[in-house]
Parts: sequence; C-alpha cells; structure tokens
Amino acid sequence: MDFSMAPGTFLFEAWQARASLLSGLGVTMLSSALSIVIATVCGLAMGVALAYGWWWLRLLARLYVDLMRGIPLLVLILFTYYGLALFGINVPAFWAGVIALGAFATAHVAENFRGAVQSVPAGQMEAAKAIGLTFGKRLSYVILPQAVRRMLPPWVNTALEIVKGTTLLSIIGVVELLLSAQQAMARNYMIIDFYLLTAALYVAINFTLAQLGASLERRFSYLRY
Amino acid sequence: MTEPALLQARDVRKSFGQIEVLKGIDLTVSQGQVVSLIGASGSGKTTFLRCINLLEEHDGGEILLDGDPVGYIMAGERRKRLSETRISAQRARLGMVFQQFNLFPHLTAAANVMLGLTKVQGKSDAEARDIAQHWLGRVGLADRSGHYPYQLSGGQQQRVAIARAVAMQPRLLLFDEVTSALDPELVAEVLSVMQGLAESGMTMLLVSHEMLFVRDVSHHVVFLDQGKVAQAGPPSEVFDNPQSDRLRSFLGRFHGLFGRG
Repeated sequence: MDFSMAPGTFLFEAWQARASLLSGLGVTMLSSALSIVIATVCGLAMGVALAYGWWWLRLLARLYVDLMRGIPLLVLILFTYYGLALFGINVPAFWAGVIALGAFATAHVAENFRGAVQSVPAGQMEAAKAIGLTFGKRLSYVILPQAVRRMLPPWVNTALEIVKGTTLLSIIGVVELLLSAQQAMARNYMIIDFYLLTAALYVAINFTLAQLGASLERRFSYLRY
Repeated sequence: MTEPALLQARDVRKSFGQIEVLKGIDLTVSQGQVVSLIGASGSGKTTFLRCINLLEEHDGGEILLDGDPVGYIMAGERRKRLSETRISAQRARLGMVFQQFNLFPHLTAAANVMLGLTKVQGKSDAEARDIAQHWLGRVGLADRSGHYPYQLSGGQQQRVAIARAVAMQPRLLLFDEVTSALDPELVAEVLSVMQGLAESGMTMLLVSHEMLFVRDVSHHVVFLDQGKVAQAGPPSEVFDNPQSDRLRSFLGRFHGLFGRG
C-alpha cells in the first residue's frame, strides 16, 4: 500500500471519497443505534412476556422469537422493503432496514433476557413477595437489576451483530459504510485497500461498543452471590 | 379469651399433584405468642408456613389473619382468589425469614431493609434509613449497613434478613428453618436475635430443628406428622410427655436431649 498523497495512491483516493465515506459511516452508526434501541426496548418487554406472561402472550412471544430466529436476516430485510410495498406500505429503505434489524434483534434480546430473568434464584422473587412488593415493583427493584447484569454479555454480542448486520442494508440501496466504500471502489478500483479500510472502521465501532459493555459490567460488579 | 386470634388456620389442605402434603391443619396463634412447628422432613411444616403468606397456595380450608381470610374468599360455594394487590397487601402484614436468607445481592444491608419501607409502606428515604439503622443496630450490625450481602457472613446475612422482615412491623413473623443453612458456630448469634424478638413481645411462628431453642422460647409447640397435627401443646407437654411413638422417635433423634416419656 502506497501511503504518499499523490493521485492514484490510497490516501489520496480515500481523501477524495471522504465525504461519502463519512456519510456512509454516519448511516451505519445511526441505523445501528436505532436498531439497538428498538431491539433493547422491545426485547425487554418481550422477555418479560416470555417469563411471566399469560399463556397466550407467552405463546405469541414464543412464536415471534422462533420465527425471527428462523428467517435469514437478509430475507427479512428484503421482505420488509419489498414485501411491505406490496401491501401498499411504502417504507423508505433506511427505515425498512432499521425495522427489520430491530425486529430481528428483538427476538435475540427477548430470549437472552428471559434466560437472565429465570436464572435469578427463585428465593429472590419469594423474598420480594414476602415484603409485600407488588408484581411491577418486584420486577423493577429486585429481578431486573439482577437480570440486567446477567444479560449484559449476550446483549453486547447482539449489538455487535446488529452493527455488522447493517452491511446487509446495502442490498436495498441504503448507502451505509459498505456501499459508500464500494461506490468509491467503482471509481478507483482500489478494491483491497477500501475493503481493508471498511473492515478497520467496523472493527473500530465494535471494539468501542465492546469496551462500553465491559465498563458496564464492571459497574455492576458488586452483584455477586 | 374473646379477642380473635391473630392467626387462625382451619382445616388447611394442600396437594402437590397427587401427593397431599397438608391434610387438614388447624392452628391458632395469639398476639405475642411464639409458636413452633416441629416434625420430620416432609411432614409439611415448611409448606404450611409458606401457605400463610401465599408463597404456596392452599387448596382447601382457610387461613385467617386478624379475622381476614388470606388469599381466598368464599363467594357462595366458590373459592375466589383475591387480587394480586390485595395479596401483596396481606403479605406486607407478615414478615418472613428464609432458610437461604434471600437478601437482595444488588443492595446494601441498609437498602435491603429500606426497600419494603419505601416501596411498600411509602416512607421517605430519610425515615426508612433511620428505621433501617435502628433495626440493623438491634441485630448487632449497625456498622455493616453499607455492606453488600457478599461482604457479610452467613450469620450476618441472616440477621440483616431478620431486620428486613421486622422493620416492616409485621403482625406476625414467620421463620422458615432460619439456622439450617448456617455454619454451626454462627447459629447462636441468629438464635439470640430471635430470642430478643420473642422477649420483646413479637408474635412469631417458626419452623425449626433447634429443639432446645424451640423448647426454650415457644409458648406452644405443634408436632406435624405426615401433613397432620399429631400433638400440640406447651413445650413441657410436647417434649416431656410425647403421646405417640412417632413423636417419641422424632425426639429420640436429638441425642437423647429429651425425656423418653
């Protein structure tokens, strides 16, 4: 790789493409963040439904989780974009992608969270009942704080998968980081260089996320038995 | 006595699947009394205790707390379960201490005691903190209020659990084999806290295998055998004059501590 700044070198071409690369990076980060937020909020709710819901609610949530885990993410993205259009619902590509990613990861968060909730020892729920806490308070003050600590590691994994999953949005024409890099390659043919750059940027995002997760885990380190 | 009993159980029945664990238990606890349940494993002591604050739900009979039916009311011939809110309110009138302590590991000792005071009784943080500090002092842990459960010994954890239960000023305190999970040298500190509570007039119902303690502290002892009350009476009667072979052989297991009748 030639690191001088003359035309035809990597740094020059990367500099030429900086605006579209940065915008692609922004789209990747925004779609990841939105999907993670959707998946976390919906996943927590669905996890509670899986663990404590009425039988019909558990069944519905279970069906959803199994469906989402069975469908390839790419199929889900294509379906959300083209499939919904067939029903007259036109969703912009960006939002179709965010919805599909969020819906997909919701299933993962829900399942992880259910597992975390159910791994809190039964005595915790009993002690919370015994002091007279109502169901919602038992959940928010006793079970959730303990379950959240337990679900942090798999939650970080899911977040990393979402970031990587945003590359699939390029298929429906969302110009995220991968597609913006590919567009640059179409002009300068520096395929290896730009794929390496793209990979490095994804690693940087995910490394940061993983560090964030690790620092959260440290914050909860008083939670021992 | 015309005053209604604080706790009255009538013909309480409970089955787990095909197995009938409680076959009609009658029991009365009056204000200020210490009542102990003794019996072999599987005799139903713990199940009965758990039915009182609805950690298990009885299938038949009734349990009255200050005259109010616990968990269920009779609507004509049908039993109707009370709402979750009503049940939670009933539980708040009872305190329970568990074999495994069940302290909340994410909260300090003081926060464990404060949780019910603030979130159930609606007290302010400052007031709850004062009450928590008072009760942690009473169980000898004034200097441990900022410690998390994992930083405390088993005996200390159990004393925090007692403080958590008693700070709510329950009508009745339930103790479920609270020394069984403790190292032998830690048993005494917990028993002495319980003794202090009993002497202060707290109404207590306990399941225990600490027979000397039971004989010492109880006003009334109930021997359960295979889901039924086999003998009940003041400790002197139950321990020194067992009426059945089963009670005799049960007491005989405690190293000949008690007269063989």
